[in-house]
Amino acid sequence: MTALIEVRNLTIRFRTDEGLVTAVEDVSFTLGKGEVMGLVGESGSGKSVTAKALMSLNARNAVYGEGSRITLHTETGPVEVLKLKTARDLKVVRGGAISMIFQEPMASFAPAITIGKQMVEQLQLHGDMSKARAREISVEMLDRVGISDPARRFDQYAFELSGGMRQRAMIAMALSTKPKLLIADEPTTALDVTIQAQVIDLMKDLVNEFHMGIVFITHDLGVIAQTVDKISVMYLGRLIEEGPVREVIRNPKHPYTQGLIAALPKLDDLDAPLTPVAGDIPSPLERPAGCVFHTRCPKLLGGVCRTALPGDTRVDATHRVACHLYPPGGAA
Amino acid sequence: MTDAPLISTSDLSVGFRTGSGFFGKSLLKAVDHVSLDIRKGSFFGLVGESGSGKTTLGRALLKAVPMTGGTARFRDGEVDYDLTTLSGPALKDYRKRAQLIFQDPYAALSPRMTVRDIIAEPLEVMGLTKTREETDTRVRAIAAKCRLNLEHLRRFPHAFSGGQRQRISIARALVSGPKFIVADESVAALDVSIQADVLNLLKELQRDLQITFLFISHDLSVVAHTCDQVAVMYLGRLVESAPTRRLFAAPRHPYTKALFSAIPSLDPDDRGRGQKLTGEIPSPTNQPPGCKFHTRCPHAIARCKTDEPALEHPGDGHEVACHRWRELLDERAA
Repeated sequence: MTALIEVRNLTIRFRTDEGLVTAVEDVSFTLGKGEVMGLVGESGSGKSVTAKALMSLNARNAVYGEGSRITLHTETGPVEVLKLKTARDLKVVRGGAISMIFQEPMASFAPAITIGKQMVEQLQLHGDMSKARAREISVEMLDRVGISDPARRFDQYAFELSGGMRQRAMIAMALSTKPKLLIADEPTTALDVTIQAQVIDLMKDLVNEFHMGIVFITHDLGVIAQTVDKISVMYLGRLIEEGPVREVIRNPKHPYTQGLIAALPKLDDLDAPLTPVAGDIPSPLERPAGCVFHTRCPKLLGGVCRTALPGDTRVDATHRVACHLYPPGGAA
Repeated sequence: MTDAPLISTSDLSVGFRTGSGFFGKSLLKAVDHVSLDIRKGSFFGLVGESGSGKTTLGRALLKAVPMTGGTARFRDGEVDYDLTTLSGPALKDYRKRAQLIFQDPYAALSPRMTVRDIIAEPLEVMGLTKTREETDTRVRAIAAKCRLNLEHLRRFPHAFSGGQRQRISIARALVSGPKFIVADESVAALDVSIQADVLNLLKELQRDLQITFLFISHDLSVVAHTCDQVAVMYLGRLVESAPTRRLFAAPRHPYTKALFSAIPSLDPDDRGRGQKLTGEIPSPTNQPPGCKFHTRCPHAIARCKTDEPALEHPGDGHEVACHRWRELLDERAA
């Protein structure tokens, strides 16, 4: 599989009144063309900050680490995303090669401009086309995502659409510029389960049809299991486990991933007690030394976990984990 | 748990007058003739999509929105209140017996008050304690129950994580010694790893303090694991109600079945199975005639479009409002 985007040693800190706060630390991954990756983790794990970095969307107080690199492979050659500075240069990634959909569709549409006008505007911004052609494409996209009567919806405002409809319209808008990479940040979290199921089906169809890469951010492992090819698990800014979806869900290696799966209430065993991951996620201002998970880890080995950062261990060719339980070179 | 109901409603309705439309004001029926019993000491689950009226029903039982029809009673062994007419000192007394835990622990706590003051506020407002010492004693006792220590009480909410904040909200709801608690999406904003912790705490409180919970949630797996009894609502109507295990093992209403099949499975090889519901819940201001679910129901027949089904009580504790549930039962058996 050819690489679409390569992230190497990504470190992101934010300047705050309380000093530099580390949000993402030494994260590396590669997403192939047409591959769907799930980025899982709880609030504060750095998954949204990582995704925003792919489009260079983080706030001005973000400081990227020295060796951090994000390489996007486009038709005209590789682009170093973090080196892009001017709004003009950034157009290549923002809305061009990369589109993003958000959790709350109401917040993503301008309330006083019709859905159609917003779609036409971005199409004209990124492609050299007439208004009529842009309108044609927009209506076609609205139809494609299952919006009934798309020509009428085109002239409506976001508030006139229901929640599920708005989320579809946002997907239509994100896909109309034919991006190579789609970042979906909790796209179904605000939806009811029945609508969530519809949106998941829609996204699966669109992946097959448009063959784009997707970074799917969610805290819902059920949604992940249903949609992605591979999973990356983040905790306190570090990528702690990565592998194919079946491997990670059926054979999780990191104690945090194991805890996350065990904490899910399961419908096929109502007698099983609910087992939380003990303790709370530490404040980013008080990052633990050593392994970032050691303060909550049920399999704490002792000194080594408190002082040394675990390196990556390969479970097999595609599954890797960062935990002292699996020494590098040893069998995991 | 006993069989006596703590809360008992009969044809309870809540309507809102909405802004003046073209033909004058219209009435939005948020809760429509709901009859249910919540047994004392039970953990009663209420599920449904947004717009189903579950939150409004919870608020009505707390006397936070006015009821517009039917009756509701509260009997905890000490008092017997008719919630439809409750007012004056009796209403004040009811406030300390019935409390609410909110969804968002970030919005529910004042950032300018210490945790101690947040938990003590209900006691002071309701005049339940006479001295500061007495207040402190009660605050500490309830904080300990919610696994908050003395150090925590001196701090401000911003220093706490989501799970800890929700434990503070729970402590505040419990401090007046309520018998009935409405928990509206109380774990929805929490991360999975700590959700289980808060759910276990609520179950512990139910057991140790004999508190009755109305647990409102859209997360069916959470409901399945915590509730004794579950009621399903759709567009203001109660469509099915049964003991949890029975409901999850053999749902009778097509809507409940569709809800269950929409839960994303944790098995990556189990993709895209089950019946998918098309369309969305209709607007409550423009409700379909007949069975409210007929516009999305895969089994709807002519009768469903005109006659509204009543809630049937087949005698096994599993109530359902559907014209065809018996037939559909046979179809599956065949």
